[in-house]
Amino acid sequence: MATKSYRQALNEALAHEMRRDPDVVIMGEDVAGGAGGTGEVDAYGGPLGVTKGLIHEFGAGRVIDTPITESAIMGMAAGCAMTGLRPVAELMFADFLGVCLDPIYNQAAKFRYMFGGKARTPLVVRTTIGAGFRAAAQHSQSPYHLFTSIPGLKVVLPSNAYDAKGLLIQAIRDDDPVIFLEHKLLYDTVAEVPDEAYVIPFGEAAITRTGKDVTVVAMSRMVHFANEVADRLLAERIAVEVVDPRTTSPLDLDTIIESVSKTGRLVLIDESANRCSVAADIAALVAEHAFTALKAPIRLVLPPHTPVPFAPILEDAYIPGPARLEAAIRSIL
Amino acid sequence: MTIMPLTVPKWGLSMTEGSVVAFHATPGDRVAAGEELYELETSKIANGVEAPASGVLRRWLAVPGQVLPVGALVGILADETVSDAELDAFVAGFVITDSGPGAPDAAPEYRSIDIDGLSIRYQLLAPAAATGAPLVLLHGFGGDLHNWLLNADPPAAHRRVYLLDLPGHGGSSKVGGDLAALAATVSGFLRALEPGAVNLGGHSLGAAVALQLALSDPSRVLSLALIAPAGLGERINSGYIGGFLRAGRHRDLKPVVEMLFHDQGLVTREMIEDLLKARRIDGAEAALRAIASAVFPEGRQAVDFRDRLVELAMPVLIVRGAEDAIIPPEPFAGLPGNFQVETIPDCGHMPHLEAASAVNRAIAGILR
Repeated sequence: MATKSYRQALNEALAHEMRRDPDVVIMGEDVAGGAGGTGEVDAYGGPLGVTKGLIHEFGAGRVIDTPITESAIMGMAAGCAMTGLRPVAELMFADFLGVCLDPIYNQAAKFRYMFGGKARTPLVVRTTIGAGFRAAAQHSQSPYHLFTSIPGLKVVLPSNAYDAKGLLIQAIRDDDPVIFLEHKLLYDTVAEVPDEAYVIPFGEAAITRTGKDVTVVAMSRMVHFANEVADRLLAERIAVEVVDPRTTSPLDLDTIIESVSKTGRLVLIDESANRCSVAADIAALVAEHAFTALKAPIRLVLPPHTPVPFAPILEDAYIPGPARLEAAIRSIL
Repeated sequence: MTIMPLTVPKWGLSMTEGSVVAFHATPGDRVAAGEELYELETSKIANGVEAPASGVLRRWLAVPGQVLPVGALVGILADETVSDAELDAFVAGFVITDSGPGAPDAAPEYRSIDIDGLSIRYQLLAPAAATGAPLVLLHGFGGDLHNWLLNADPPAAHRRVYLLDLPGHGGSSKVGGDLAALAATVSGFLRALEPGAVNLGGHSLGAAVALQLALSDPSRVLSLALIAPAGLGERINSGYIGGFLRAGRHRDLKPVVEMLFHDQGLVTREMIEDLLKARRIDGAEAALRAIASAVFPEGRQAVDFRDRLVELAMPVLIVRGAEDAIIPPEPFAGLPGNFQVETIPDCGHMPHLEAASAVNRAIAGILR
């Protein structure tokens, strides 16, 4: 086993599955590198380098550069999936979902249901989320709460390189449409990642820190903040349990409730939105199913109800961070 | 005796720190070498730490619950003749070094070797100058080379120690097989790396593989250490094997893994996670199923070597936990004098983890 970056782990997952299954194809803007531009092959390997190198092994027939037309990418991918291929479509920024939502929301997500279980839609949409990239209001959002609310979609938020590889392989092998959200500030994080292919099942949370005093539920980049705070508070004998659901749909509510039943306290940190966030959803589920386990009010650590600011100082203040998480934990101990 | 520091030992590759759970001795106590002085917990396992020498426990320098890096000072042994001022000076001058007892060793790298078309992952722990024959350790069903984290370092002070992943396990090729096939792979491994005779040890399934190898190729085996061995009776807990194969999620696997231990508090979240990580790799589950159906078909053990034990002329150690819930200890009768059987009370199927010191001492006693 070797130490690999989140980016490399994702690249390996794609390569494994493309070798294993000739029906797996990749499509997106610059995934092979600059069609219609200078003509240089593999110039980019995707805007953030995840697909770099794949075109040399699998060719332009399976690593397909598309025009800058998200609605065409998603329409093509949904159609491919329904007619027998296993496409992995790249949406450069999740912020662009508005222009291409119909094939995902009103088509792919509903095929299995509307055709009485006879249609399969093995579609993966890989896309990026996250503030802190200095990319302003239209390229910094984390709208996974929107996808999570859509029945028929599976929603995946890998927080580290090990999970990224296993969850992406599971996403590709899955027969339902999967929205796979990669955080832009995690691509260079590293973890021990096996060279072999492996799958992490959907709907199984990871517990990244164990503790008896308070449960923190965190996703994607927020898991790193939660781990950091948990490690810091351990010096004061405050034992924080960190639960990373890994997938928000399906959601491993059992593990969250099991943890809250032990600790009696719940703090959620979530970058998605101030209103109707995944944190708000999980808080409501815990209040509904495990109210008597709670010894203190549930606390949410969220961004404000504003667009992501461009001014760096304001952007940093926007992101739910470790200081606010620590304060929220202390407020209920 | 002058001043003997008690430092946080390193158990296994990934250990960087440990947390002191409880002290079993009080400053002023006279302690004997090998006496358990305190309990240390890591993310993998909890275990007692023994006195490296006899002496007077003069000080504890940590408190229960405190997390310390590997090599850090936990306490001090010294004679009454050493003054408090000398102890103060020692503590003030103590630095975590790369040598000395409990020092953070360089982690042995993972290696792999092709044996008859299978890639076999292993680790080699090699002392600067070996004075004894090599020791090769084989883990049990569903385990991997990390299962020896508490046992590999002591013998490695005097000899090369090989920890390998059996086929279908850990980082080795995900291929199943019966005892003969597994033993043939280990035999190939030995031919490639240690052409001379070796000390061979195994746990559970690994012990049955070691037995098979010792019976088919006795000239290669100088001594045989069998920990909670399979292959010495028909009975095996089929609920464990089936449960282990079925459980794909943390929540389902935990109660199954707890069956391995008498003290179920030893089962850590990381232990389960490591098992799940190995299981998730493509082909791992199928290989385990193939091994289980060949070696433990229909809820019993396919091979029982008890009638053939008399053929073994080398020293043989059998260590079992009295409370083993997986392979219940069978009574032995009429074993020749080269056999030593130890049954450890209050211990389950994992004596090498649950009673590591006793097992390590017993193994040290038969190594050639």
